[in-house]
Amino acid sequence: MLTREQWTEKFVEVIAHASSQLPPDVLAALKRGRDVEAPGSLAAKALDSILTNIEMAKGNWQPICQDTGTPLVWIHHPVGMSTRILTAAFEEAVRQATAKQLLRPNAVDPLTDKNTGHGQAPGIPTVHCEEWDEAGLEVRLILKGGGCENVGAQYSLPNTKLKADRDLEGVRRCILDAVQQAQGKGCAPGIIGACFGGDRGSGFLESKRQLLRRLDDTNPVPELAAMENELFEQANQLGIGPMGFGGKTTVLGVKVGYLGRLPASYFVSISYMCWANRRAGARINPSGEVVWLS
Amino acid sequence: MAQLNLPCDEAKIRALKVGDFVELSGRMITGRDAAHHWLLHGFREEVAPFMKGSLIYHVGPVVKKHEDGHYTFVAAGPTTSAREEPFQADVIGKYGLRGVIGKGGMGPKTLKGLAEHGAVYFHAVGGTAQVLAQAVVKVEQVFQLKEFGVPEALWVIQVKDFPVVVTMDSHGSSLHAEVEKASKAKLEQLLGLSA
Repeated sequence: MLTREQWTEKFVEVIAHASSQLPPDVLAALKRGRDVEAPGSLAAKALDSILTNIEMAKGNWQPICQDTGTPLVWIHHPVGMSTRILTAAFEEAVRQATAKQLLRPNAVDPLTDKNTGHGQAPGIPTVHCEEWDEAGLEVRLILKGGGCENVGAQYSLPNTKLKADRDLEGVRRCILDAVQQAQGKGCAPGIIGACFGGDRGSGFLESKRQLLRRLDDTNPVPELAAMENELFEQANQLGIGPMGFGGKTTVLGVKVGYLGRLPASYFVSISYMCWANRRAGARINPSGEVVWLS
Repeated sequence: MAQLNLPCDEAKIRALKVGDFVELSGRMITGRDAAHHWLLHGFREEVAPFMKGSLIYHVGPVVKKHEDGHYTFVAAGPTTSAREEPFQADVIGKYGLRGVIGKGGMGPKTLKGLAEHGAVYFHAVGGTAQVLAQAVVKVEQVFQLKEFGVPEALWVIQVKDFPVVVTMDSHGSSLHAEVEKASKAKLEQLLGLSA
């Protein structure tokens, strides 16, 4: 197996990918959006600019967006590996990537209000490690910007104002309301990750984990697959459009998961991801070989 | 597409309307959360000349410091402007700004301030950090770097053909208010809620 320094090196590569190379399914969704907007409209011009930007970032291996966000990391590791070493290796990778301008120095100490200058602080990055039976390691990363994180929302059902009860229809109502509340502020067209059930903490975490899914996948739960399609259609009827300029492209995808809940609680947790859905995944084999995942 | 050179006079700003595409050239300053607090506590003589007649750009850039000490912007798209809503109109009035560049739009207090002072809100496309960094041709100097850190410092920059859209003008119009209202009506229809 690799040393801690070698893990850091691999993780810097994963960060470079996420920061500069937008996944193909997201690019395809943005192109579809551009094609449905009226030529010459503010919406079409915004999407043209976005598409140009994606190509520039890709070619130059530079950040797609200057807000390189919170690195959210999920690692599956073989039996017996030290999660402390993996976490420390990823933290060091964030510092190195920040020094190389792949990331912005993006961590502020809220007590002193000083930027730490190197991109790392308690809780940044967030690294979730889980053991599995495979010999290799899998790492999945999302760089989630602050603008879109700020428009996330959590609902406790029932909600009288939205006529949302404790059922799937209630969940649907909350998600649509969250998209309308967000307007263009989360850098629309966005991707919606949602979770119903769980507690206030686990619900939000699961809503973020949903953002690891490809836009063109299908939810294995038929009711949720239907809900995702319906929400995609309806959110795009709201007319918010790219950047909130008005238009037909308000969301690129909606992904819904769930967790067990207490009898007393029914939370709907919604994470909004900006169009710059910086998602990267890699399988790292025991030899150190890196296989990129889509 | 209309061109606007900075600094500029009030008449040029008053001529702009919601929906206009503009390419900006000239000198402006950057500033976001920490900067707006700082600008309102006292009068900051050192940055005032860079603000008068020009714009403040809401951005927290990724910046490269070169070996000879000069800086370049590596990535520089707009940040969410709504956080500056409590302060923006006052900052505009105090320093004689002709406007703001940001994303997501701002609220009624700023809209009123734009009309009062002859200023405008330019929207840059959020997330297009490469396209916009390329339009930043020179970083002239920086204020409050040590105190605020790279994203929050006030950078004095020269831009060329920096692409923006007017989404709030000096005549009381706001594209954001219109879209908010229309989308709320649509939401109520989709959810069967009567207003």
